[in-house]
Amino acid sequence: MSEQIEAVEQENAEVHKRIEQTYKDGFVTDIDSDTFLPGLNEEVIRAISAKKEEPQWLLDWRLKAYAKWLTMEQPNWAKLKIPPIDFDAISYYSSPKSNENAPETIDDVDPKLLETYAKLGVPLHEQEILAGVKTKKTQVAVDVVFDSVSVTTTFKKELKKAGVIFCSFSEAVKDHPDLVKQYLGKVVPIGDNFFSALNAAVFSDGSFVYIPKNTRCPMELSTYFRINEMNTGQFERTLIIADDGAEVSYLEGCTAPMRDENQLHAAVVELFILNDAKIKYSTVQNWYPGDEEGKGGIFNFVTKRAACNGNNAKVSWTQVETGSAITWKYPSCILRGDNSRGEFYSVALTNNYQQADTGTKMIHLGKNTKSTIISKGISAGKSHNTYRGLVRISKRAEGARNHTQCDSLLIGKNCGAHTFPYIECGNSTAQLEHEATTSKISEDQLFYCKQRGISEEDATSMIVDGFCKEVFKELPMEFAVEAKALLDISLEGAVG
Amino acid sequence: MLNIKNIHAQVGDNKILKGLNLEIKPGEVHAIMGPNGAGKSTLGNVLAGMEKVEVTEGSVDFLGKDLLDLEIEQRAAEGIFLAFQYPVEIPGVNNMYFLRAALNAQRKYRGEKEMNSSEFLKLVRTKIKQMNMRDDLLRRPVNEGFSGGEKKRNEIFQMSVLEPKLAVLDETDSGLDIDALKIVAEGVNQLRNKDRSFIVITHYQRLLDYIVPDYVHVLADGKIVRSGDKSLALELEKTGYSWLED
Repeated sequence: MSEQIEAVEQENAEVHKRIEQTYKDGFVTDIDSDTFLPGLNEEVIRAISAKKEEPQWLLDWRLKAYAKWLTMEQPNWAKLKIPPIDFDAISYYSSPKSNENAPETIDDVDPKLLETYAKLGVPLHEQEILAGVKTKKTQVAVDVVFDSVSVTTTFKKELKKAGVIFCSFSEAVKDHPDLVKQYLGKVVPIGDNFFSALNAAVFSDGSFVYIPKNTRCPMELSTYFRINEMNTGQFERTLIIADDGAEVSYLEGCTAPMRDENQLHAAVVELFILNDAKIKYSTVQNWYPGDEEGKGGIFNFVTKRAACNGNNAKVSWTQVETGSAITWKYPSCILRGDNSRGEFYSVALTNNYQQADTGTKMIHLGKNTKSTIISKGISAGKSHNTYRGLVRISKRAEGARNHTQCDSLLIGKNCGAHTFPYIECGNSTAQLEHEATTSKISEDQLFYCKQRGISEEDATSMIVDGFCKEVFKELPMEFAVEAKALLDISLEGAVG
Repeated sequence: MLNIKNIHAQVGDNKILKGLNLEIKPGEVHAIMGPNGAGKSTLGNVLAGMEKVEVTEGSVDFLGKDLLDLEIEQRAAEGIFLAFQYPVEIPGVNNMYFLRAALNAQRKYRGEKEMNSSEFLKLVRTKIKQMNMRDDLLRRPVNEGFSGGEKKRNEIFQMSVLEPKLAVLDETDSGLDIDALKIVAEGVNQLRNKDRSFIVITHYQRLLDYIVPDYVHVLADGKIVRSGDKSLALELEKTGYSWLED
């Protein structure tokens, strides 16, 4: 019991340390950048490809995606009010100039960039991280994406010893072209949707991970995304492959400066999980949400999908979404292998004028496939928060099972929570459970806490934290601390 | 320690307390009895500071301070504790965590050092023992899935840790069987001392067999209409409240 309390104690100290400002990551790094002029056409795509010295097949793939995108319409089925986006007003490539001669090691990275990440609390110096081991901090290898390019990847050598490939997407194209070619676009095809097609055409960087057979990745892998330049979009691709019997835990964090204009982030994440392999993918999304009047903020339109292609494969998506003006995101699982499992744990919090339409898709194809969905939506201010989920059991998915739990918490009178669960069942042996609740932080709860001496603000954050507990416990410890702090920051001004 | 003068209070347009006076000295136990709707619970809520209860007239002095001027959480830190008639559930929030947050918030207000987890754990262990309670409640979320008896016991346990100067027990006996009632009463008696005062709101004389009051008051139609010693409770048990209508 005392350990439990100590853990809570530590967590709280951390949380309070982090709640000093409202959006603490909203600063701009003043750095010379090589930024393309706004606009989208074939020339721009060729230029991106040329910058990256890509092989012809990849350029062809991009151009095919672009042609497809031109024929597509921006989706409007989500419960979102999206202002029109002028795709020709966006710059599709921006790279810090100092990054041009691809830094070999951390010592070659521009100090200004290092400073940026130090401010954000992202550990890049391996020595510091190693020193951190003594203080019980977990070792995490980080790939850092700044605007359109990957700046550095830490712990490469250590990972290489284990046979793990963890590098920027651009490097992967050069060093591991066969793997990239084999898997790229295989779970999210270029024509999958409007934003994934756009991403396929213009993506500039991202992370690549390959975990070889029967290997458990010796440390957690992480990518930290940062948008810095004005009027740029960030279009990155992440590709993770866990070969037979492999295992990896991957974390993803995102921030951006505070700006009055909206900025577009349209990423694609593809995961491949082969026989008996496991991927745990955790996201803490803290893109700039816009100000209290709803001005500015990131449009976060992301396609994430995992293919459990092997038997007994397992994938687990855990996301904490507190940022972005608009979120459109449905991390999905295709459960193709027999006995494969998909999990989706989500906390989505919206405040002020934020909008989120998020959820998951569980596609059961194999026998005895199992999926679990736990979604916690918290709406405050004038925000709207939507859960949208699909559970599809195909004809041949004998013995498939799904459990869905969908809870919404409302704070205040001017926000909305919406739930759209879709279920399609093609096999009579399937077992499906769906639970849903909507609740409010009640005056009784607040009165009770206050009567015990706890302030309204602390009481609210305690109640919200309790509401999210089932999801937080799925996050790696340090991420859980970060997530709790973020919720508190994001809720500021929601009470009273 | 507590001096309530001519309190008038209402919820919405519904006038509930209509000129209530009550003085309590340190160490005293006052029982408040009376028919349904007399305003017994409202008295507790006025002292705790519930927002929807509006005080329109009168004053409350608590240890030299104007109680009505203080926020709910300030009153708590000054030493007012309300044991709820219906303790509220807070799903997912660990009972221990909640209680330590409460204790430390109060200590901070009073300018005392906040307790670290090991100090707190020690305190909790001592209290558990003192109160003859099992510690299984502590690991569970605040009141979530507790039985009626467990909720009331948890209130008394919280009280023992927070060590208030004035505790208001709002029908703490309602919904308790005789064994649970004894445990709760025993807990309260443990906490009685020459400085700590209690207001015990109850419908039934039964509780007062176990928590013996110094004074018994009859609250009817928003006022205290009769006061006496513990024998008044026994008398009420026989006569009921019909005499009030005369």
